[in-house]
Amino acid sequence: MAQVVVVTSGKGGVGKTTSTAALGAALAREGERVAVIDFDVGLRNLDLVMGAERRVVFDLIHVVQGSARLSQALIRDKRIDTLFLLAASQTRDKESLSDDGVERVIRDLRPSFDWIICDSPAGIERGAALAMRHADLAVVVANPEVSSVRDSDRIIGLLDSTTDKAKRGEAIEKHLLLTRYDPARAGRGEMLGVDDVLEILCIPLLGIIPESKDVLHASNMGSPVTLNNPGSGAARAYEDAARRLRGQQVPVVVPSEKSTLFGKLLGRRAA
Amino acid sequence: MSTPRPSTSFKFRGGSFHALVVKPELPIDAWFADIDALLGRSPGFFAGKSVVVDVSGLALTKQAFLGLLDELSKRDIRILGVEGANPSDLDGRVPSLARGQAQRPEPVEAPVTQPPVPPVSSMLIDAPVRSGQLIVHPDGDVTVVGSVASGAEIVAAGSIHIYGTLRGRVLAGAYGNQRARIFCRRLDAELMAIDGRYIVADEIEPHLRKAPVQAWLDGDELKIITMT
Repeated sequence: MAQVVVVTSGKGGVGKTTSTAALGAALAREGERVAVIDFDVGLRNLDLVMGAERRVVFDLIHVVQGSARLSQALIRDKRIDTLFLLAASQTRDKESLSDDGVERVIRDLRPSFDWIICDSPAGIERGAALAMRHADLAVVVANPEVSSVRDSDRIIGLLDSTTDKAKRGEAIEKHLLLTRYDPARAGRGEMLGVDDVLEILCIPLLGIIPESKDVLHASNMGSPVTLNNPGSGAARAYEDAARRLRGQQVPVVVPSEKSTLFGKLLGRRAA
Repeated sequence: MSTPRPSTSFKFRGGSFHALVVKPELPIDAWFADIDALLGRSPGFFAGKSVVVDVSGLALTKQAFLGLLDELSKRDIRILGVEGANPSDLDGRVPSLARGQAQRPEPVEAPVTQPPVPPVSSMLIDAPVRSGQLIVHPDGDVTVVGSVASGAEIVAAGSIHIYGTLRGRVLAGAYGNQRARIFCRRLDAELMAIDGRYIVADEIEPHLRKAPVQAWLDGDELKIITMT
């Protein structure tokens, strides 16, 4: 039976889609069967980041409305054969997602996968509410800045009150993924520190992803960073986060200014 | 021969209790019409309440008085005792209460319309209060074991206690209580209000920021001091 994970943040542009793709690919590379679902109907992106945009025939809306079967809509990744994508529709809007339809899709996916990762749209409206409703576990993505952290706090409140698990009186597991962390700027006090964010949000830390050009580059190449450039700092941070999701004890290392400076110097020498 | 029973000791103690006091007015018919109107609006007004009838100053005849008791019991008003009546008029139907047999009539008083004292209770929140959450407690104090996030709001009739960082908005004494206070372990609030008097983040003195504080109302002024 699959664990249903929602990747959510409230605020847009903090790295939900990138993180969904990177975590999904990292889990699949360890042999787990993974389905990633794009809930951002009308503004779909996950297919681009996964490099599957030219192979989308049927999407989530078709399955929800019953005009296509799940097996027709799931797109198998070309690089890892245990990774599947259920794309969003670009031509419809989020009102096309029905409560019953989404519930049926999740229920039908559960037996055949280990992980179902739902990429939530930004905001707190219908799309985001549906993406989180069936989740067993939430990955809350935040950047180390006040507006993102406040939105994440709001999302945690909604996770604790509106998800099916919360309504049954159970606690939904929540993990913080801190993305676009720039140690140099944090050191100069231009960003919130890791401790500040943890103090405000009060949820366990799943990982810290350093700000990196590799991430943007991988997205533009249509490949999750964990596949495109597995040796990079960002990829290794995502891989560690994926291991923690599987329950392994991997200590969290806060990226420090020193190592990046050192890295930059080395990089220059080699160039 | 029967064995003697062990002696039972009785315990008596004095005690004072709250009771609703109704004070009939003359003419009695018109007063009962008012009572009926009240019961029409809220049929359960007297349900489960112990009622004391205050007839001091009315100078009712024994017959009129017994009629009054009958009319009250017809309306299911349970009478605990009577105040201000001549004990011989009671016929042993209800106990006479000690106080006030010689009281003078008090001209302006309508105890029936006095709302019963609301029960006071406190609310305990054992988790952080998240941005967007609104906690309203119209009955008493609110205690939060955790922080109150920026964008969260707590409204309480009584005092508000935050065992964590206060970053959001708190409104204590919101239903008219000047004695309500606000306590927090670390002040970083967006707004604090007591009984309608408020202060916003910009007006909070810098030395109070990040400090453990309490706030109270001194006349019309909201005061904040640090607590060590």
